[in-house]
Amino acid sequence: MQTVKMVVTGPFNAGKTEYIQTVSEIDVVSTEKKISSEAEKIKDATTVAMDFGRITVDDSLVLYLFGTPGQKRFDFMWEILSEGMLGFIVMVDSTRPETFREARTILETFRAYAPTPYIVAANKQDLSDAWEVEDMRIALRLDPTIKLLPCVSVDRESVKETLLELLETIITHLDSE
Amino acid sequence: MALKGNLRDFTITQLLNLINLARKTGALVIEGPSDSATITFRDGKLAYAHLGASKDNGLGPILHKTKVISKAQFGTLKKRASEMSDKELGLLLINSGYVTQEDIITSLQTHFMDILNKLFAWAEGIFQFKNGESVPDDKIPVRMDLENIIMEGSRHLRELEQLKDELPNLDMALKFTDRPGVNLRSVNMSVEEWRVVSYINPKNSITQISKATSLSDMEIRRIVYSLLQAGLVELIRPEGGPEPLPDLTSAIPGANKDEQKTLVNRLIGRIRSL
Ligand SMILES: Nc1nc2c(ncn2[C@@H]2O[C@H](COP(=O)(O)OP(=O)(O)OP(=O)(O)O)[C@@H](O)[C@H]2O)c(=O)[nH]1
Ligand SMILES: [Mg+2]
Repeated sequence: MQTVKMVVTGPFNAGKTEYIQTVSEIDVVSTEKKISSEAEKIKDATTVAMDFGRITVDDSLVLYLFGTPGQKRFDFMWEILSEGMLGFIVMVDSTRPETFREARTILETFRAYAPTPYIVAANKQDLSDAWEVEDMRIALRLDPTIKLLPCVSVDRESVKETLLELLETIITHLDSE
Repeated sequence: MALKGNLRDFTITQLLNLINLARKTGALVIEGPSDSATITFRDGKLAYAHLGASKDNGLGPILHKTKVISKAQFGTLKKRASEMSDKELGLLLINSGYVTQEDIITSLQTHFMDILNKLFAWAEGIFQFKNGESVPDDKIPVRMDLENIIMEGSRHLRELEQLKDELPNLDMALKFTDRPGVNLRSVNMSVEEWRVVSYINPKNSITQISKATSLSDMEIRRIVYSLLQAGLVELIRPEGGPEPLPDLTSAIPGANKDEQKTLVNRLIGRIRSL
């Protein structure tokens, strides 16, 4: 049995756990914890160490999706999770420009761990105060060659589409070697 | 869709950078703690700016403030022409030979730059960009390149922590962007900024440039950041630098490239079928 993994990272509350849950065949195994501090109380629980979901391809291949914690104080997990990954997705909450700078820092950090292909997902595009994707590209200072895709983590088709884009990017990367 | 947020998280220079690169048309409305401002853009150029009370934003007060007309002339205007729109007043002044069209444009540009300089100091404020909104009918629009304004704004950035966030890696190199219509010569730069510019080359890392120019960490970061924000340069990996880290091949141990492609294609097939 061969297992491969891809990593979903991004700032606090970007929608990483939701994304994995939407396509995983198992309930996401999550090390979530109730949020106690007032400042972070925009939702009930946050990922502390990681969460992971599974997609079985056939009886000899399994894909794991790992979600990283968004909060900086848990960033010791990042390097561990990034080891051996096939590619990664940086998830950004399109409605919260205050997190864009951090998203860029996380992107740079992961890129330094492993030069594997990645895409950036502009999540929560279903909300009315979401920034436009092209505006986000400039704000995040993303090179035009990097895929930045609109995403709605609660929508299965949208999650599938972004995963496929990442896999296509990996193929292109292999071809160019 | 929305382009809104707080200046705490997204500075005016960053907004101007966005508007410049995306060549936006519309009005940026900012509600500061004690005042509010509206800046209007056309195709990524500044067309108009307005800060605080309306009476200070009329053409008469602006011409007076920038010393294009005397106090006495301004007094007369206040009495006789207080009902006129800026456009009407402008035409009247030009036709009666008091001022030239160029005087008016220069004066407005100075005034708008003053407004932006005030805004650069705002640490806080809710902003919103209203797409497509144009300059009020009665106002005289100008056309100012944003590069200079952004360079000016970046000079206000004085916090090392913030600069470190913006520019974490000084091992990167710089190259000039090839955006059309940008002329380096038309940008006002300080001597230090020019010295940095003269070292820009895909082979030179920022660290090397800072050594060559004897600039401090803080100074080199600030200058590079302002050039980046003005859209004049972009970051690239230095040419001929250290070897890149091991590649994807090591991610799936033991598999060669064709096997890897087959594997990824199997994943693609599976996800399509979900
Ligand atoms: N409307 C909308 N809500 C979303 C979307 N994705 C996630 N959310 C919501 O955003 C909140 C945060 O989602 P999570 O999946 O917990 O975010 P996370 O990135 O795992 O957060 P941390 O683990 O705390 O870093 C939840 O309330 C989700 O239901 C989306 O695409 N659209
Ligand atoms: Mg989570």
